[in-house]
Amino acid sequence: MTALVIAEHNNAALNIATLNAVAAAAKLGRPCDILVAGHQCRAVAAAAAQVVGVAKVLHCDAPHYAHGLAENLAPLVVRLAANYSHVLAAATTNGKNVVPRIAALLDVAQLSDIIEVIDPETFVRPIYAGNVLATVQSSDRVKTITVRTTAFDAVAAQGGNATIEALAPGPDAGLSTFKGEELTKSTRPELAAADIVVSGGRGVGSAENFAIIEKLADKLGAAVGASRAAVDAGYVPNDYQVGQTGKVVAPTLYVAVGISGAIQHLAGMKDSKVIVAINKDEEAPIFQVADYGLVGDLFKEVPALIEALDK
Amino acid sequence: MKILVAVKRAIDYNVKARPKSDGTGVELANVKMSMNPFDEIAVEEAIRLQEAGKVEEIIAVSVGPAQCQETLRTAMAMGADRGILVQTETEIQPLGVAKLLKALVDKEQPGLVILGKQAIDDDSNQTGQMLAGLLGWAQGTFAAKVEVGVDTVDVKREVDGGLQALTLKLPAVITADLRLNEPRYVKLPNIMKAKKKPLDIVTPADLGVDVAPRLKLVKVSEPAARAGGVKVADVNELVAKLRNEAKVI
Repeated sequence: MTALVIAEHNNAALNIATLNAVAAAAKLGRPCDILVAGHQCRAVAAAAAQVVGVAKVLHCDAPHYAHGLAENLAPLVVRLAANYSHVLAAATTNGKNVVPRIAALLDVAQLSDIIEVIDPETFVRPIYAGNVLATVQSSDRVKTITVRTTAFDAVAAQGGNATIEALAPGPDAGLSTFKGEELTKSTRPELAAADIVVSGGRGVGSAENFAIIEKLADKLGAAVGASRAAVDAGYVPNDYQVGQTGKVVAPTLYVAVGISGAIQHLAGMKDSKVIVAINKDEEAPIFQVADYGLVGDLFKEVPALIEALDK
Repeated sequence: MKILVAVKRAIDYNVKARPKSDGTGVELANVKMSMNPFDEIAVEEAIRLQEAGKVEEIIAVSVGPAQCQETLRTAMAMGADRGILVQTETEIQPLGVAKLLKALVDKEQPGLVILGKQAIDDDSNQTGQMLAGLLGWAQGTFAAKVEVGVDTVDVKREVDGGLQALTLKLPAVITADLRLNEPRYVKLPNIMKAKKKPLDIVTPADLGVDVAPRLKLVKVSEPAARAGGVKVADVNELVAKLRNEAKVI
């Protein structure tokens, strides 16, 4: 049987996290369809049809699918589920929001945040902030899954040639209404997909001081992240948060500045290729995972680093 | 209206979990346990709604072994009015918990259910969404702000790019994210008072819910540890290492 991937998009463009979810579906060794449900999202359906490994795009267009509301999207997927062995979505906030609702309506378990496909019934997922890996097996008829994007290399966005099939929309459940959004505007790369991430922690000390982190990030062409402590203290918005309950990132280079390295932060970044830590406390746990540690005052070291990068 | 708040007894957030040596599960013997941090935020939100005069009664619910009574007492010391423990010694997976909570919702008829968005032990992030699905209710997950109106609730949600604002029809399920509030510290007199608050104990069988696990745990293991790194003397050495050794800039 076929696997179904729920596309992540904003009605205009396909979010690349979808390509990681398709990659996980490909590991199941079976064909994969993509559901593009949205409003005036024809361009997204066309983009999804180009993705390598996709057999068919199901395009469902109606105003009440515009914002991915779980109350409307879940019944649509449930209607399709009889034809599929697996339903997958990237473990983004949208995926995490809708997939458990689908699972409950299907009366099946859900597998959260898988990092490996052993076989079509068996998966590996991190638990306890990634300090333990659980191998779990599902005998449910439909496996509902969210995919940790950093664990699966994205498939190519171009080169496929899937058919696009129009899908009749279901009703508006009338339970929830979208009122608006406040999206963080940034010219920097997206945190979850950036090659380089510079994160600041409690040690940065204030929202104003975070400018020093941003300056280093801009020098490196990096995204800006933060520890939970920095978010808690109100230095930066929550969508900057890297960690167990924030975003999980695995960039080529992760620079942790003024971050002690609490369990919950390490869970979000320890799969980065190279980790640099700058912290004045040489006993800080962050140094145990850092490839390169620099003990020193961040207010002195970070400006010096920016200068050294110019040389 | 009544609010039902679900609280889980979980490993303390400062404890680093390890697999048992035989790989059959996680070592939890003599490990410090606490209320799941996001559930504390859920309890706090319920109390604030009660303090604002929006809520008559707060019922705290927990699913798990007898020790979860302590977790419920903590919720009651914070301000919940009574507790219900669905007592079971076996592991209950999120779908089972959602079904148990649904049975209690059917009985208690709350206008709002608030849960933490995720428990820091199994990291599933499922129960609230599943409960909303089973009830056919609206869901406001990862809530950063909650405003209860007459027959609707406005929720600001933490999403990947920022915040999303929704209006949900009541009754609804809300899951708490980090910035929703800062939970209060429990004061000693309130701990004493909480001991006198009612705490009912029921079993999954009493509620007529099949909680047999659907997922089989094959094994647990430890992730590959990162090889220890080196300390560099100054920024110049750091830049040289990043350029010439790691080749990442």
